[in-house]
Amino acid sequence: MTSLGEPNALAITFFILFIASSLGITIWASRKTTTTDHFYAAGRSVTALQNGLALAGDYMSAASFLGIAGLVAVSGFDGLIYSIGWLVGWPVVMFLIAEPLRNLGRYTFADVLAARLRQTPIRIAASIGALAVITFYLIAQMVGAGNLIRLLFGLPYEAAVVIVGAVMLAYVLFGGMLATTWVQIVKAVLLLGGATLLAGLVLARFSFNPLALFAEASDMYGAEVLSPGRLVTDPIDAVSLGLALMLGTAGLPHILMRFYTVRDAKTARTSVGYATAFIGFFYLLTFVLGFGAMVIIGREAITAVDAGGNMAAPLLAEGVGGTPFLGFISAVAFATILAVVAGLTLSGAATLSHDLWVSVFRGDKADQREQLVVARSATVLLAIVSILLGITFKGQNVAYMVGLAFAIAASANFPALVLSIFWRGLTTRGAQFSMISGTVSALVLIFLSPTIQVDVLGNADAWFPLRNPGIVSISLSFAVAIGVSLMWPAASEAKRFDELERQLHLGVEHVD
Amino acid sequence: MSSHSLEAVSAARWRVALSLTVAMMAVYFGFVLLVAFNKPLLGTVVARGLSLGMLLGALVILVAWALTWIYIRWANTHYDASLRGLRSTGRAQGEPVRHAQGEGR
Repeated sequence: MTSLGEPNALAITFFILFIASSLGITIWASRKTTTTDHFYAAGRSVTALQNGLALAGDYMSAASFLGIAGLVAVSGFDGLIYSIGWLVGWPVVMFLIAEPLRNLGRYTFADVLAARLRQTPIRIAASIGALAVITFYLIAQMVGAGNLIRLLFGLPYEAAVVIVGAVMLAYVLFGGMLATTWVQIVKAVLLLGGATLLAGLVLARFSFNPLALFAEASDMYGAEVLSPGRLVTDPIDAVSLGLALMLGTAGLPHILMRFYTVRDAKTARTSVGYATAFIGFFYLLTFVLGFGAMVIIGREAITAVDAGGNMAAPLLAEGVGGTPFLGFISAVAFATILAVVAGLTLSGAATLSHDLWVSVFRGDKADQREQLVVARSATVLLAIVSILLGITFKGQNVAYMVGLAFAIAASANFPALVLSIFWRGLTTRGAQFSMISGTVSALVLIFLSPTIQVDVLGNADAWFPLRNPGIVSISLSFAVAIGVSLMWPAASEAKRFDELERQLHLGVEHVD
Repeated sequence: MSSHSLEAVSAARWRVALSLTVAMMAVYFGFVLLVAFNKPLLGTVVARGLSLGMLLGALVILVAWALTWIYIRWANTHYDASLRGLRSTGRAQGEPVRHAQGEGR
């Protein structure tokens, strides 16, 4: 009935076209990538619209496209909670983080903390949080890529993971941030275009009235598909998930790093506006894609191919556009994963080389050549690690890994980052303890939660009742930052905050 | 204190940023709390094919857009103008100008 899982000539052609054009971009970008400013920040040359698309590209991972469409197709309304939660993080990034981040830092979000606090302890703590987020996000993407390629192209899982790792390595290693940005832009345009076309083809069957589609879904599967159901059973869990989804966005290292690729804070501001518009539009489309798959393909047919429902969007493409459209959407989904993996690896490389090697171990005494060598070595190391992790975690549930990454980002990075921008009284010790307690509490509580204890380990009970630790770990991280800072105040650090206040608004001022 | 003083610009920026953040969180967590505590209400069908929950969910996305747009409007008109003032007064008073450390061109 479906040609999923058989090698699809068109899908492979589209895929090879994408790889070839993106490697072309990489060769072009590699000629320009001669300094660390180019490698980490694309020479600050990216425009607002380009960065808006690249932010959207970095953010709309396979979890958004395949995961949410599948979740809505299988559970109805409940899947939309993710769509909404992932969008509302963007206004928060805009209001609180984007412009001060651009004005105070150079390559990573840790730069902002290091600007006003003691550099060494702060960078070590920030790196631990950043690397934890990146690792879990990478595992989720690699496992997703392996499964997707196995299902779509009929390739073995391990081969798929190695291909993703190798192509991504080429982008980042030679083209740095410029190539990675352009890969994100191409992918974002393909994804937005493909999803719009898919939604259009679905709505064409319902005389372009989404309500007729939703009504058909409720006639087929009962009115409960349009109302909250079993996915969010516990009220506190709902709030906890909501907090992690909203605040996690403002703590994702690969997203925060994008604000350094633009010329100034005003461009960063405009780029978040574009990103919010694109991402919101995309998440509104997921309403149509999810219910479209539910009605046109049917729940049973979707879960028969993949129990998690992850293949709902490709199946829907085949249903409304035949094998050629299946090929196109499959290639877009693969490009999506590839681009997100590249963005994550680059931010991991920046953490390892800029935050740890250059700033902590070499005391800022490394020259450009050495910095680039270290950054590229870190990239190779991360590519190998992500391939190995992808193979090790074969068969794991992808959704909880992404949820985990958001919970860690919201607990480890967000409180220290936002307090360092807003609160004069924050001290090095407060920020350091906050980042470490946020990372550790999020990791430990997830391990003790029903998600791991019951679903993965098969125990009858879990020690910690909530599926998402956000409400506890985010509150703890804020409380530790404020408590420790008040207990051991540091007058010199408050003075440094006053000195930086001008730079926070105006950026680094050049002498004309 | 002139309206272009650093303190005034800073206070205005944080007032706007915090109000908009609080507004976004109130709208979003209002929605989440309804999902958590009043599922039957959100299941109410307001039009054929449209439940109250889906309508409110789509509205949360529209509110996020609107608040983002309000912030950009405010920043492009008021905040940027204050920054221009700040930049010129800073120079006039001979405040030290910090040098770029490897800032790109």
